[in-house]
Amino acid sequence: MTTTPTAVPTTTAVAGGIGTSPLRPDGIPKVRGEFAFSGDLHEEGMLWGATVRSPHARARILSIDPAPALAIPGVHAVLTQDDVPGRKTCGQAVKDQPVLADGETRFWGEPVAVVAADDAETAARAAAAVAVRYEPLDALTDPGEAERQGSVFRTMHVVNGDPDRRGEVVVEGYYETGTIDQAMLGTEAGLAVPDGEGGVDLYVATQWIHEDHEQLYASLGVEPGAARIHLSGIGGAFGAREDLTLQIHLCMLALHTGRPVKMVLDRAESFAAHVHRHPSRMWYRHEADPDGTLVRVEAKLIFDGGAYQTTSHAVIANGAYFAMGPYHCESVDVVGIATRTNNPPNGAMRGFGAVQVCFAYEAQMDKLAAALGMDPIDLRLRNALDAGDRLPTTGQVIEGAFPVAEVIRSLAAMPLPDAGPGGDPRHLPGGAGLTTTAADIRRGVGFAVGFKNIAFAESFDDYAEARVTLTPDGLLVETAAAEVGQGMVTVLQQIARTATGIEQVEVAFVDTAAIGSAGSTSASRQTQMTGGAVLEAAEAVRDEALRRAGGGTLSGEGVLRDGVVVATLADVLAEGPITELVRFRHPPTTAPSETGQGDLHAGFSVAAHRAVVDVDPDLGLVRVVQVDTAQDVGKALHPAALVGQLEGGILQGVGMAVMEELRIDDGVVRNASFTDYLLPTILDAPDVEAVLIEEPDHWGPFGAKGVGEPPTISSTAAVVAAIRDATGRDLTRAPVRPEDVAGV
Amino acid sequence: MIRLTVNGIEHTAEPAGAESLLATLRDRLGLAGSKDACEQGECGSCSVIMDGELVCSCLVMAADADGSEITTVEGLAPAGELHPVQRALVEAHGVQCGYCTPGFAVAAAHLFEREPSPSADDIKEALSGNICRCTGYGAILRALTGLAGEEP
Repeated sequence: MTTTPTAVPTTTAVAGGIGTSPLRPDGIPKVRGEFAFSGDLHEEGMLWGATVRSPHARARILSIDPAPALAIPGVHAVLTQDDVPGRKTCGQAVKDQPVLADGETRFWGEPVAVVAADDAETAARAAAAVAVRYEPLDALTDPGEAERQGSVFRTMHVVNGDPDRRGEVVVEGYYETGTIDQAMLGTEAGLAVPDGEGGVDLYVATQWIHEDHEQLYASLGVEPGAARIHLSGIGGAFGAREDLTLQIHLCMLALHTGRPVKMVLDRAESFAAHVHRHPSRMWYRHEADPDGTLVRVEAKLIFDGGAYQTTSHAVIANGAYFAMGPYHCESVDVVGIATRTNNPPNGAMRGFGAVQVCFAYEAQMDKLAAALGMDPIDLRLRNALDAGDRLPTTGQVIEGAFPVAEVIRSLAAMPLPDAGPGGDPRHLPGGAGLTTTAADIRRGVGFAVGFKNIAFAESFDDYAEARVTLTPDGLLVETAAAEVGQGMVTVLQQIARTATGIEQVEVAFVDTAAIGSAGSTSASRQTQMTGGAVLEAAEAVRDEALRRAGGGTLSGEGVLRDGVVVATLADVLAEGPITELVRFRHPPTTAPSETGQGDLHAGFSVAAHRAVVDVDPDLGLVRVVQVDTAQDVGKALHPAALVGQLEGGILQGVGMAVMEELRIDDGVVRNASFTDYLLPTILDAPDVEAVLIEEPDHWGPFGAKGVGEPPTISSTAAVVAAIRDATGRDLTRAPVRPEDVAGV
Repeated sequence: MIRLTVNGIEHTAEPAGAESLLATLRDRLGLAGSKDACEQGECGSCSVIMDGELVCSCLVMAADADGSEITTVEGLAPAGELHPVQRALVEAHGVQCGYCTPGFAVAAAHLFEREPSPSADDIKEALSGNICRCTGYGAILRALTGLAGEEP
């Protein structure tokens, strides 16, 4: 992996500032196994919780008898819907999901009751012993049928331009994507500790403790201050931790028993407990003039939301707004529908609605190029949007950097790997099993471009609080933002260092009672949002310290003038503490009009991927050899962590292209395990080369953009395009299955 | 009751029924560095070295580990120090969320003990039983190929 920045990195006066790659402060505890994840927590006298889940996609609950469970020695509680002290439902935008089933279960795995017992094994036996009588009901599991019945969460109709505009060259296509799991390595886990005064402290791995908190105290029926959420170590997230899973259940059990209660979901339960990436069905019609100018795009998107809304309203909105990619078009008509069915709920996953449509619109662009007799890269360049252009869907003028053409050109200019897999059987599709031979392999190359917005949209009041305090030893940064593994902890240190000249920076993750919301660790937003808050707060702290010392420059030693320390940090603090709390907001966005028009998004980022695959078309075997990328990053604050985001996001895209899918029959998940839900291993990981395009954005620290999601948007589309190139098959569904490749 | 030598220290434990070695290590001996992520031997997060063999401790019944010598992530290096593979993983930014990291460290340490200069393909084969969902494996591979290329 090499990076080829197109701009010279900013030099920083202080070690470990922005543009360098300092080591993450939690790296050594993590590599030693000393870092406490939420599943590692322990409290004296704690009980273990377990969950009773519905085995049916839809059923009426006739009765729940806790007696057989309570008869087991060591069982302390069995709680149901009747025991929810406050609001009986939860959810992000819409509170439509019962905390525990309300008489009818609407998806496989829905929580029906929770138990607490002396140890995990007894709790699991107790959960199995709770006698629930179900009357199975007809389940609505087909999204097309749901649409016909009007069972929908949100319907978008994004219309722009002259509806009568027509092109001479027309291509149509129908595409599907499967249900994808985040498969973060740490399953849902937490520990709730009652405070003895009717309140509770919850230690949990989540993406947004303040959002969880609002739902938690309402359902517990307590004052906000009586329920406090503390971030514990988070074993990955990728969207899976945006919705509540066990938070309310744990606190109910702790308050009911008066004892600390811990719960750790096993992998099968984890698949049932969190939302997944929406499966999609997408119809497209692209029309172009003979010179390749895209003139009209029509699309109809159906994303299945499953049983409860969670973030379906926002995911389908992204699908509709980004439905045609980063391209010009005079006339657009997109219908987007999020259906309500009895499938497991779908919601947030890295890329958030932009992934599905990218798979479709990039296949359409290749198809259109073929129909036009044009090079597919030339077609994309001909239609590429730029800063200052209007998005053809929403009509918003794009502010900040949006280097679509440069991303495409930079990637296209990268060298391709050597032709062919060579002689080592380990480099063949199927690997060392010698299922194929080099002579049977066809190589394919695919190219795709994708984009999405950064931060929350559609007039949401999106902000992040952070507090920076000067101490005699350096700086303390306090935030409620979730460090899910992405490396924000390091980036916040770097921003504070560069802003102040002080190298010693401690980042403390504090609870809901200690600071205001940082917003969600999602939508690629924390580097810009919490990073923006830390930058403003650190600059204010620096200015106050310099004012007190009568000017100069700041460093870890104190205030310097002409290279001499004139006041230590302790001297500066003698007249009182210096602390600054900042609530940072991005540029405001508007609500959409009836036709989806408006300044709906705070900013955008674009990336492109080029995949090289080796395929045995008879056996249906695929090996993804290389995925190169060019990405619009604004400014690389921590180049090594940034590359880690690109490589990790690309591999998730590869997984969706060739192996990952939750198989659901009549609403029942058939492969809820790591044995049956296939994930890419190190042997499946392609080589990655990257070009970082550094054009500063119009807001956020030092021009940096969030980088987490773009690697996952167009990588799937590029890999499938490469398999099409190798096989000549249409391959309109992701993931591509061996039978699709072999045509059987 | 079973006897185990874990990271050079003798322990006795009374695992219940079919309890896994992983559960005994985590819940009875307080060694939470080995992680539980799939309970099926697919992800390697619970990797330990048992009598010289790399095993998924979730697949070993604790009772079957009676009398064995176990090395967990906590025992890869003396207190306050890092094993070379641990240092390499940290310095090459091979750690993100860190949940898979102990398993990778144990599997990599086991590989380098047998083969001090593994090729990139050797490293990939040896680590193919460990799943990482964050890094895409690039930084992990760079860490270990770098280590393999170092002068002993």
